[in-house]
Parts: sequence; C-alpha cells; structure tokens
Amino acid sequence: MPALTLYDAIGAALTEEMRRDRHIIAFGEGIATKRHDLVAEFGALRVRNTPLAEGIIAGTAVGAAATGLRPVVDMLFAPFLCYAMDELVNSAGKLRYMSGGQFAFPLVTLAMTGAGWGVGAQHNHNVEAWFVHSPGLKVVMPSNPADAKGLLKAAIRDDNPVLFFIDIGLLYQPGDVPLDEEVVPLGKAAVAREGSDVTVVSYGKTVHHCRQAAEMLATEGISAEIIDLRSLKPWDAATVLASVERTGRLVVVHEANRVCGVGAEIAAVVAEEAFACLKAPIVRLGGPDAPVASSYPLEQAFVPQPEAIAAAARRLCRRQIA
Amino acid sequence: MTPHPANPHEIDARPLLEQMLLIRAYEEAIVAGSDAGAIPGTCTSVGQEAAAVGVVNALGADDVILTNHRSAGHLLARGADPGRLLAEVMGRRDGYCKGRSGSLHISVKELGVVLTSTIVGAELSMAPGVALSQAMLGWPGIVACFFGDGAACEGSFHESLNLAALWNLPILYVCENNHWQAFVHRREAMSREHVSEWASSYGIPAQTVDGNDVAAVLAAARAAAEQVRASCRPYLLETWTYRTRGHFEPDDQSYVDPAERAAWLARDPITLCRDRLLAAGALNPSQAAAIDDRVATRIHAARAFAEASPYPAADELTRDVYA
Ligand SMILES: Cc1ncc(C[n+]2csc(CCOP(=O)(O)OP(=O)(O)O)c2C)c(N)n1
Ligand SMILES: [Mg+2]
Repeated sequence: MPALTLYDAIGAALTEEMRRDRHIIAFGEGIATKRHDLVAEFGALRVRNTPLAEGIIAGTAVGAAATGLRPVVDMLFAPFLCYAMDELVNSAGKLRYMSGGQFAFPLVTLAMTGAGWGVGAQHNHNVEAWFVHSPGLKVVMPSNPADAKGLLKAAIRDDNPVLFFIDIGLLYQPGDVPLDEEVVPLGKAAVAREGSDVTVVSYGKTVHHCRQAAEMLATEGISAEIIDLRSLKPWDAATVLASVERTGRLVVVHEANRVCGVGAEIAAVVAEEAFACLKAPIVRLGGPDAPVASSYPLEQAFVPQPEAIAAAARRLCRRQIA
Repeated sequence: MTPHPANPHEIDARPLLEQMLLIRAYEEAIVAGSDAGAIPGTCTSVGQEAAAVGVVNALGADDVILTNHRSAGHLLARGADPGRLLAEVMGRRDGYCKGRSGSLHISVKELGVVLTSTIVGAELSMAPGVALSQAMLGWPGIVACFFGDGAACEGSFHESLNLAALWNLPILYVCENNHWQAFVHRREAMSREHVSEWASSYGIPAQTVDGNDVAAVLAAARAAAEQVRASCRPYLLETWTYRTRGHFEPDDQSYVDPAERAAWLARDPITLCRDRLLAAGALNPSQAAAIDDRVATRIHAARAFAEASPYPAADELTRDVYA
C-alpha cells in the first residue's frame, strides 16, 4: 500500500471516479489551478475554476445535479459555507422531498476545517452539525487518507448531497491507502481500536487524540475501544450501541463546539437505546462555546486533547451507577 | 424548427387568449375558494397572464423552465393539468408533488418545469447548473428562468448572470417586473428603473417589453430564445407588468396607490387581447363566449378532481427525503 497524504487521497478518488463516470465534474475557487493533473486528464470543461461566489457555486452544483451531472465542488474553508447555506439546505436538501421525489441531487461539497493552521474562526469552524440537523443531506468527515479516498468515492456515487469535511490538521499527514478501488460505504463506522472497558466515539483528527489516550489508559489497565464514526449522517448507531452494550461506558469526543454538537445526538441515542447497559453517565468532550482563536496554544486548547480524553475515561471506569 | 412570425401583428392570438383566460379562471377559483376557507390562498399572477403566456409559448418542448412562487401562469401555459395543480394547492395526493409542495414550489418534471423554489432568487442560483447539464450532456434546448424584480435584488441574480456570461450558458432570463416585491414597491428597492439595465454590465443583451401585450411578449421572447439558441449565450427579457391582486391571498392591498393600480387595470392583458381580436375580426362574440365556456368547464372539472383526491397517507411524511 502506498502512503498518500489526505490531500492526495482526495485527488486519487477524484481521478478514479472521473475516469469511471463522465458525468462527474469538479469546480470551485481554484480547483483547476491546484489540481492541474485533473485538468490535464479530464479537460477544462470538466474541471473548472469559478468566481469567488459560494452561493452560485453551490446553486450551480444543485441545478446540475438535478439534471444529469454529478458535481463535486470545492468550497475551500467550512465557514464559507455560510454563503452557500440556502442552496445546500433549502434547495439540495429539500427539493427532492418537496417535489414528491421528482429530483435527486448527487453532489459532493468539499470543505476544510479544524485546528492546525492557526487561521482563526473565519476559516476554522467545525459546522458539521448544522448539516446533520438539516434533512436530505449526508455528512462525512474522515480521519485518515484511506477513509478519505474511500468515503469520497462513495459520496460521489451516492445520489444524495454529501457534505465532505476535511480536517485541516490531517491534510498533509501521510497514511497507507489501498491501491484498489476500495469504497468506504457511507454510514459505516470503523472500530479503530478494540477494547472492553470504555467506548470512545470520535471522528476527524480527535480520533488520533483518542488513540493516544487509549495508549495512556492501557498502561493503567483500562482497555478503551475507539470507534471512528467516519459518517456523521447517517451515523452507525448499531456499531456504537453494540460496543456500549459490551463496555457499559461511553465518551464522545469531537473538536466541534459541544453545544448541540454531533456528540449530543450520539449520547442521547445511547441513553435511549442502551440505558440499562450503562455503568456510568455518558461524557461528551468538545470545543467550548467560543470562536476559535488563531494563537497556537488557544487553538490547541479548543480541541479535546489526549490527556483530557484519558481523564474522562478514567473517571468513568472508577465510577459505577449505584 | 418552423419559422415563427417575429412581428406581433402576424401572431394568431386566439390560443393565447384561451390560455390567459384559463390562468385567470384558475386563480379566480382559488381566490373564491380561499375566501370561503376551502382552498389555501396563493400568490396569484392576476394581471400578469400575458407575460407568462407570451414567453412560455415561445419555448420548445426540449426547453426547460425554472420558476418560483408565482407560477400558475407558467405551469398552465406549459400544459399542466389544472386539476392536478389544484390538487397540489389543496395538499392532495394527486397533486404534481404528491401534495408536499402546496402552491409555492410546484415542479412538473415531465413538462420540463424543474426545481421550482419559493426562496426568492433560488431559481437564479440553480439555472446555470441546469444549463451546464444541457450544454455538457449535449441535450437540445435552452433554459428559461422566470424571476421577479425582487429576486433581481438578491445577490444570486448578479452571481448567476456573471457566471452565465462567463461560461456561455444558454439561459433566457425572464424578469417579470410586476412593480411589487411582496409589500415593497420596486421604486423603494431598486437603484435602477429596469432590471434589463443591470444585464448590460455583465455583457448580456437585454430588452424590456410591454408585459401586458401578449403578442408583443411572444414576439420578443421568440427573438430572445432564438438568440440564446444561436449564440449559446444568455439573454435577459424583462416583461413590464403589474401585480393587480395582493402578494398572497388574502391581501387588502391598502398599501397600493389606487391611481397606479387603476392605470394598470385599464391595461388588463386579457381585455387588451380580446378587444384587439374582436376589432380585427379575428374573433366574434360567439367564439369568445365559446372560449369562456370551455375554460369554465375545465376549471369546474379541475375543482371536482382536486376535491375528490385524498390527502396523502401518513407514511408519506418521511418518504422521498433521500434518494
Ligand atoms: C429569500 C426570501 N426572502 C423573502 C421571501 C418572502 N417573499 C416571498 S415572495 C416575495 C416577493 C418577491 O418579489 P419578486 O421577486 O418581485 O416576485 P413577485 O412576488 O413580485 O412575483 C418575498 C419577499 C422569500 N420567499 N425568500
Ligand atoms: Mg415583483
């Protein structure tokens, strides 16, 4: 297996899919400049730069998706999605239902977010929960290059609009990527590490923080199971519930603000479906109710770090519900 | 394609008159039903029938239409069944969108009316993508995108025109300038008198036509559509007309200048068309009465059809959310 960065894994997925299906097109603010290999292979009609106008980029993708093309659009940084909210939420997410099923919207929206580059809150804002909350949309966020490639291929083949969030901090981290045409199905979590005492659910870069926490816990005799959600909508409740039924303890970890984050939904579903199995209360770790600062230590402090994750798991393992 | 007369005086306006009368009767039935509490109120296009009928009749079967909340004229002129439209307005199962849309976002894909949205300006944001599909997949036909003067004040109008000009997209932009943007007069909202003035800054040819003269609209729309087809580039046609009823039923229109409204009522597009046909001897009073009868029969049948249609079953609540 060759090692690819997440950035190159996305390029590989685009190349393989665009070879497979001539209906796939890619456009955005600089995609034709940055990925000139795609332009060289597929031509300037299928890979286009656009004006700096996120609303019309998204709207054009929606219109094209409904009428036969399969667009992938690069929106650069997640906060810029605010300019495209209407097109994604009101058009792509709703017009299938509202038209009685007359249209489908096979489109993928790429957006970067997360700590790592010190770019501040107008470039780094983990907004994935907004889209999870909106009907008709699917949401994914990979934690490694192999999943990025496989999830992007699945997202491109899916007939629904998919928000594809890319963790900035992982973008240039290399990882093994299978050479074959492996597709990672949407809605399927991965067990990143098996364990028996506590289930730790996460996605994106905090999966790696959870791994480091699990190493610390292992030295103390605590066995943590880590589930990498990969897909946030649909999310793999079956895998999470099966794990919690074995461990009886759950920590949910994400970089996005904790308030009404994806973790709140996971915690609620586990409480509803697996309450009898719980040996301790569910814990959520997430960012504070604050914009992200640019300054390195503050940016890092926003993100749940391995020590905090280990501490939360440790507390749960010492505590029992009476 | 058979050549069409571009001269308004050579156009046979009788079928256009019948379409306008059908639209008027359909919307008046809704107004009456809504006053009686039997039908939900809608955004009617009363007074704007010529603008819709003239443009839609200039389009071919391969052409695709995007429209908005004020769509009855576009849909009926395109051949939609008034019974299925009314069923949709009434939230019934046999509506074109299975009763999920109501009046505000009716799409009829089989007639090429796609992605209807009531988000003001959304049709403008989606039109370039539809035109891109047509161009890249090599399909015949152009995109006609209907929008209001209010939508022209949204950013999506300007982003859409810029992109369509830049990417050479075959879009006929049709601005129905009816002087009202819900409860705000266009004069309070637009830096220019005409939306067509804005098009030229994007290098898009444009024209404003008397939107209450159906033959003039048809002739202008044919010429505009031909230009889009031949050039594979956008064109903007502004139909200058007036919303003579309220924004949405019911609406007492107490905010409307009575003199302005009276002046436009005196130029009612249906009266103008019928009087012209009668004066020219192209229509006699008994033929006119026969048209009225046909229209009344169709609307009566539409109402019966819609009322007989059941409400959607409860399990429709979550169907068609995902593909
Ligand atoms: C984004 C958005 N803003 C406001 C509204 C409420 N609204 C519905 S129609 C309308 C007026 C639109 O005016 P115009 O584009 O001129 O179309 P008209 O109603 O005159 O046909 C308004 C304000 C809306 N539906 N969407
Ligand atoms: Mg208006």
